[in-house]
Amino acid sequence: MADEKQTAEPIEEKPYKPSSPSSKLNFDGFWEYDEAPESTDHVEIKEQYELFINGEFIAPEKGRYFNSVNPATEEELTSFAEATQQDVDKAVKAARKAFEGPWSEMEGKERGKYIYRLARLIQERAREFAVLESMDGGKPIRESRDVDIPLAAAYFFYYAGWADKLEYAFPGKKPKPLGVAGQIIPWNFPLLMLSWKIAPALATGNTVVLKPAETTSLTALKFAELCQDAGLPEGVVNIVTGAGQTGSLIVNHDDVNKIAFTGSTEVGKIIKKSLAGTDKKYTLELGGKGPNIIFEDAPINQAVEGIINAIFFNQGHVCCAGSRLFVQEGIADKVVQKLRDRMETLIVGDPLDKNTDIGAINSEQQFEKINKYLEIGVNEGAEMYQSSCDIPEKGYFCRPTLFTNVGQSNRIVQEEIFGPVLTIQTFRTAEEGIEKANNTPYGLAGGVWTDKGSKIFKVGSKIRNGVVWANTYNQFDPTSPFGGYKESGEGREGGLQGLYPYVKLK
Amino acid sequence: MTLTDINQTVAVDQVGVEERVERLNKRSIKKDAKIQGLTLALSMIDLTTLEGMDTPGKVIQLCQKAKEPYAPLPELPTVAAVCVYPRMVNTAQKALRGTGIRVASVATSFPSGMTSLENKLEECRQVVEDGADEVDMVISRGEFLKGNYSYVYDEIAAVKEAAGKAHLKVILETGELQTYENVRKASDLAMHAGADFIKTSTGKVKPAATQPVTLVMLEAIRDYFYDTGRMVGMKPAGGIRKAKQALQYLVLVKETLGTDWLTPEYFRFGASSLANDLLMQIVKQKTGVYQSKDYFSND
Repeated sequence: MADEKQTAEPIEEKPYKPSSPSSKLNFDGFWEYDEAPESTDHVEIKEQYELFINGEFIAPEKGRYFNSVNPATEEELTSFAEATQQDVDKAVKAARKAFEGPWSEMEGKERGKYIYRLARLIQERAREFAVLESMDGGKPIRESRDVDIPLAAAYFFYYAGWADKLEYAFPGKKPKPLGVAGQIIPWNFPLLMLSWKIAPALATGNTVVLKPAETTSLTALKFAELCQDAGLPEGVVNIVTGAGQTGSLIVNHDDVNKIAFTGSTEVGKIIKKSLAGTDKKYTLELGGKGPNIIFEDAPINQAVEGIINAIFFNQGHVCCAGSRLFVQEGIADKVVQKLRDRMETLIVGDPLDKNTDIGAINSEQQFEKINKYLEIGVNEGAEMYQSSCDIPEKGYFCRPTLFTNVGQSNRIVQEEIFGPVLTIQTFRTAEEGIEKANNTPYGLAGGVWTDKGSKIFKVGSKIRNGVVWANTYNQFDPTSPFGGYKESGEGREGGLQGLYPYVKLK
Repeated sequence: MTLTDINQTVAVDQVGVEERVERLNKRSIKKDAKIQGLTLALSMIDLTTLEGMDTPGKVIQLCQKAKEPYAPLPELPTVAAVCVYPRMVNTAQKALRGTGIRVASVATSFPSGMTSLENKLEECRQVVEDGADEVDMVISRGEFLKGNYSYVYDEIAAVKEAAGKAHLKVILETGELQTYENVRKASDLAMHAGADFIKTSTGKVKPAATQPVTLVMLEAIRDYFYDTGRMVGMKPAGGIRKAKQALQYLVLVKETLGTDWLTPEYFRFGASSLANDLLMQIVKQKTGVYQSKDYFSND
């Protein structure tokens, strides 16, 4: 047989080559969408915001304020008060008083009514919240309108339902509230993270001192107005603004019983150290470097959509972002080609435009960090591909970016970039994919894409992540617990499990 | 090029397809983009009459509308084609001579396709001889669902040959195929067998064209294009009545296949009442007010 004489062909690099030179999709300027900006007429932004303590807006003791910038225009939006020691003391004192006074003694059913009221008020003012979230944080209005705000309301609705059913959540035990909860939230999903923190704390009978991130405090202070509108007893929710210093005052305050923190692993470690030796309960929701694993039997066109959603959702400012893509070798070229074409159709620009897919990077600091990582990637020898889209001249905008030719040892694969930057690696067997996926200090979330149900369970259960999505990505629901392994955090938020960090069981 | 294994199923995730459509439907088409889109959609229409009670009189009047959709705006494009039953091809061909509007005829025992291959080929040859520029055939859905893919493939290839230089549109009748994976498989079969266009439906079965089905077919066209470099056209047909829907379909095309497909050469709407809604919206965009329905012809 002629075949027998054939020797193995030399191994050569075979990048994907279309069989016809013309087979390139064209996404040029024909039939461009016109601007479709969401109106800002209905929102009111004050020149200056105070602290919300004991049911009132009060000026900070030291009288210091800091500016907040709209990252899409680099223009000053408003300024927030900087809370110092005396302010934090006041807030904790108000929270303690409210805890001992009406709140912890109140029947669950009554507490629930207040939380339902907050949920409905968020729904009523959803448009306003969405516009503010986009102006303050740079996220596209499509996301703030369709994801952030409706989900925030959903978390309040969900935990309102638990308020009078806590004995069923912990059968045979008598759940008691802890006291004052100090909560520190990040800038990527400002109102949504607030809801993750405040809703379960209130449902279980705790009172709250919350610090929003310094770049995105606006919706938290709008939420404070809702607390007034809802007639929430004074001191139950206190909102103090400021940077890391204010956060550390809350963490180290003697009269705080529980700390809930969402943010970077770096800060999480500092918090954990300072909590050592105290009896404060804590939950930490930290960074991630989510693996997204695509098997060759996956529904590829939908997987490509899922990859895009996993990494470019909210400019990649998502702790559970699928920032490490693992593609089985046989389909790697095809997937990369499809990803590149798909990236050409992403619209980067004005967060308030209804057609925008990727908005502004949240702050100058983060913008610089991402650019630094792009440089690191290129210097490490990775191949960078960016979409050819136009970006506005002003504001912090970053083109969606892919890195190929990378390995586990590269910094851009190991470290959390928190931007629209995806690294792509290949694997041959499921074991190899799992091993690479787990070879990271993080363990928050990941994805598996295959048409085979058994493979979903086999692979999914071996990935050391708090959340594994199958044939989808970035799906959130109030009933589902969320949290990390390893350096991605401790404790769970959301669902029945999200009640536990806020109760003492006897 | 290696031929696609037609027995292989390309996985399609239903939830993913529907989410993608939902997301694309959020595109906001305003101002100039809206007028441009509406005009483009008008130029892509296969103005259709497929009724047992069709007569030359009816077809001639439809052809008039094809040529001049709305007299007060003579700058508007004509529609792409007029689509009729085989017996009306001659009439349509005479009425449209010299206009550049193409005559499309359904063939192969439309809509069921339940006749012998010989009859189908004969019918196809006849409509081409009568002057049809385009032939819309139906696949044998029974054989397809039975798993007899090579039969379906051979049949399309034979009809393609019989159609000669006429463009072949292959109707999958997606409303009878049950799953998106079947739609994908039928699309692949049709393209590899030589289809110039793939088309969703006859309009006689419900559901007719839907956006998710169209997306699955557009993705099949894209994958086929990546593999072969040949551009295949797409025609959703049936159930598209409103201008807004038409714009949503154009967004699907633009963001899946790119702008090269945004031409009547590669994308068509099989519809009849859509034309009037497009006209009404175009006039609204130009004048700022809606006109009464009575200003638009009902042919």
